[in-house]
Amino acid sequence: MIPLGWYLIFSALLFCVGLFGVLSRRNAIAILMGVELMLNAVNVNLLAFWRYLWAPKVDGQVFVAIVLVAAAAEVVVGLGLIISAYRRRNTVVADEMDMLKG
Amino acid sequence: MTGLQIAFLAIAAVTLASAVLVVSSRKIMHAALWLVLALGGIAALFATLEASFFAAVQVMVYIGAIAILIIFSVMLTRRVMEDTGPQNTRYWPAALVVSLGVFGGILFLFLQWPGFSVESRPGLEQGDLLVRFGQALVSPDEFVVPFEVASILLVAAMIGAMIIARDPSRK
Amino acid sequence: MTFETLVWLIPLAPLVAFGLIVLFTHPRRGLSHWTALVGAGVSFLASMILFVRAITTEGLAENPMQVALNWLPTGNTWLKIGALIDPVSAVTLFFVAWTVLMIFIYSVGYHNFGQPVGDHDQPGLPPHGATLREKKGGSRRVPSVEPMYSRFFALISLFAFAMFFLVISDNLLSLYIGWEIMGFCSYMLIGFWYGKKSARDAAVKAFLTTRVGDVFMLLGIVGLYSATGTLNYRAALGDPAVLERLATTDSGVLGLSLAGLLGILLFIGTIGKSAQFPLHIWLPDAMEGPTPVSAMIHAATMVSAGVYLSIRIFPLVSAGWDGGTLTQAMQVMAFIGAFTALFSATIALVQPDIKRVLAYSTISQLGYMIAALGVGAYVAATFHLVTHAFFKALLFLGSGSVIHGMEHGVLHSREEIDPQNMFHMGGLRKKMPFTFWTFLIGGFALSGFPLVTAGFWSKDEILSGAFGGGNLAVFITLALAALLTAFYTMRQITLTFLGEPRSKAAEHAHESRPVMIVPLIVLAFFAVTAGWAGIPQKFPLLGGIIPNWFDEFVGSTLRGEALHTAESYLPLITSLVVSLGGLYLGWRVYRGVQKGHPDPLEKPLGFLYRVFYYKYGIDELYQAVLVKPAVWLAEVFTYRILDRLILDGIVDGIGKGAVWLGMVVRNYFDKPVVNGGGDGLSRGVRRSSEVLRLLQNGRVQYYMVLTLTMVVLAGALITVLFIQSGRLP
Repeated sequence: MIPLGWYLIFSALLFCVGLFGVLSRRNAIAILMGVELMLNAVNVNLLAFWRYLWAPKVDGQVFVAIVLVAAAAEVVVGLGLIISAYRRRNTVVADEMDMLKG
Repeated sequence: MTGLQIAFLAIAAVTLASAVLVVSSRKIMHAALWLVLALGGIAALFATLEASFFAAVQVMVYIGAIAILIIFSVMLTRRVMEDTGPQNTRYWPAALVVSLGVFGGILFLFLQWPGFSVESRPGLEQGDLLVRFGQALVSPDEFVVPFEVASILLVAAMIGAMIIARDPSRK
Repeated sequence: MTFETLVWLIPLAPLVAFGLIVLFTHPRRGLSHWTALVGAGVSFLASMILFVRAITTEGLAENPMQVALNWLPTGNTWLKIGALIDPVSAVTLFFVAWTVLMIFIYSVGYHNFGQPVGDHDQPGLPPHGATLREKKGGSRRVPSVEPMYSRFFALISLFAFAMFFLVISDNLLSLYIGWEIMGFCSYMLIGFWYGKKSARDAAVKAFLTTRVGDVFMLLGIVGLYSATGTLNYRAALGDPAVLERLATTDSGVLGLSLAGLLGILLFIGTIGKSAQFPLHIWLPDAMEGPTPVSAMIHAATMVSAGVYLSIRIFPLVSAGWDGGTLTQAMQVMAFIGAFTALFSATIALVQPDIKRVLAYSTISQLGYMIAALGVGAYVAATFHLVTHAFFKALLFLGSGSVIHGMEHGVLHSREEIDPQNMFHMGGLRKKMPFTFWTFLIGGFALSGFPLVTAGFWSKDEILSGAFGGGNLAVFITLALAALLTAFYTMRQITLTFLGEPRSKAAEHAHESRPVMIVPLIVLAFFAVTAGWAGIPQKFPLLGGIIPNWFDEFVGSTLRGEALHTAESYLPLITSLVVSLGGLYLGWRVYRGVQKGHPDPLEKPLGFLYRVFYYKYGIDELYQAVLVKPAVWLAEVFTYRILDRLILDGIVDGIGKGAVWLGMVVRNYFDKPVVNGGGDGLSRGVRRSSEVLRLLQNGRVQYYMVLTLTMVVLAGALITVLFIQSGRLP
């Protein structure tokens, strides 16, 4: 069988790859992709823990479902914002969207 | 090494490679396509965890909906974000350092944890599991409130996205 | 029409005309004077109808026509306001209606209606004349229309309202209302040319002087009301029981009876209004108004109101008089009247201004009436009031016509002379024949020219009343005044109309327009015929040809008793002598006055001349004794000491204390605590936000790093606190 640690290391790697994408990309959509990767890493983590430590109870699965929903909502709103900002400012570069600068 | 382990390593390798290409490819369209592959790999990993429901949901929601949405957005905004200019910020080496540091920290924590090398899994009845999952979501004693809150969140996000993305010049 | 309608119509018509002119028609001159004329005409017609009804009613004195309304509730009773037409008010109404209508018509001409607008005329100043271009080229100066033409008609309409209201009133309160409105109109009309300082001063002087009398009069009214509970003539003054009670009650002031005290208080009102000594000073100055018209209002109409009041209160004044010794109040009236008659006649002797002569003559004649009342001859007083109103109105309008003609001459010759100075006139009888003949009639009436003029009959009656009552001092004084009257009247006529012109203006004077001449002729008619209504029965030859209607009609109004008439011819002979003698002397002395000559009286009279000329210095005396101290009191005591020093000091002190308290609070509480605390708080917020704003650089990835840092730190903390300590598995 596969040890739990493998899943954990995989999800940690995936999370860090996503994090790198979020921190380094200029394109806002690319940043959103990084966020998706990070969320999926979390889901992998959650399901792994559930399977090895919690099954057959379903609590862990509910967590995953909620994260999925939140991720979907996040993508929808995030993409909506990007499109809107693009319409108004004609750019999708995250650094150029600095209207909130103090 | 069992066949399952080999399959896991292969899937993980493909997924991680795709993920790296997602965050590094110059063309944003290519990055989006690599994202589809990475999400598919994760769906396969869900299957190895015997969470067949989530594997299916992963394919449908992430690949079928989210990835497509992203691809549409890329196509809508491609005109300005030419594929020629730098795709990464000037600080990307610092981002790399931060990311590796986070990974190191996580690994450090895991290695200290004794349950890290657990291999045994509890027994699981697949059909029974899905029924109980569905009942748990709508049972008043269990998760109906988070479920409904999530529903409201989705509706709010949907309406909000429509309002935000609406063309301000058109009524 | 019923009596109620007619009697209210009399005062109301001019009031409506006043309102219409002020509100609507004032931009249109012609419309304004027509409005005023219609108002006066309606009053005139109603007055005449009532007069005819009054003289054809049997026993009017006992059962006068009256109407009354409840006006003010006073506890259990009502203060009533009403109209009363008895013989006295009927005859007063007769002459008031005639003279008022004549004034109105005359004013149209006097204010140059139809003439062009003046070159430099301004409201508040008399018109200066306009330049008219002629077709042949060249230009000539002509009189210009009065700038405030409509305003004048509005004011005299209001004046007419007040006078009519006063005459028809059946009580002292509404009489007082009309009285005061007239005082106001008089003020406005004297100050009509308010651009002239002399006019303003004269207006204030007239107002304040009459006010002195009015205050006492109001006291008398209040006193009468508290003593009898009514102000109605018939209830308060026509009831023998009430009069008896008043006459026998001691007032506690100077040993006067209550009737005497109230009578004197009310009589002081007459002194003010009818310009009797010592409140006579305003009337000569009132000649500052639009020349003859306002002067006439003040001489023929308004001042009559004072005498009218005295006639009304005669029962009160004479309460307790049985035909023998005069009451104290009557003595006061007789003394003041006789003294005023002589006193102002002497002043009139030497005045050079044609209008001032007439003004002092008016005061003198009013003194006659008051003196007549004082000796109990109230019918004679009423008779003289009527005849005097006609001939004095005639004289004033005539003098206005003269002045108008002279002003025309001045415009023509462009001389710098006073058009009212008689020494610049002369020879006007040829230039202004109508004015001359009517003025002559008026002057002879004033002098008491025997038999044909009204003035002779009324003056003769006063003299015989004084003589018959045994008041020789009054008789002699009045006879002397009559001599002077005839003298100064002839002086005036001689200087003005006879001889040769003494200035170029007089050479170029010409007759006034018909609209001014017609009133003169109407008034001249009455100046002659009004006297025939009162020829005494016992008069030699003429007596009895025409019944002494006036005596019968008026005589029974106030007292039932027959009046004392002289059984002797002495008063008759006296009045013949003084009248003819005065006229002859006047003609004799003044017929030869040439241009530039001084007054022929100046040398023989010497010091007295200057005393008369300067009016006995009474103006100066009042100035020194009353006005200056009052001004000093107001300026130095009230203003400087009381107001500035004490009151202002207190107010300033309170103010300074409050300012000091405010400074303390400001410096030791507000600035350090409130301001400092507020400033410090905001400064702190500002400084911290200046630091914190660096975090908000608007870059989403930077925020991400921050978030991550916090998560890592939190995770590390959890690890250290829980996992390392073994509390979690």
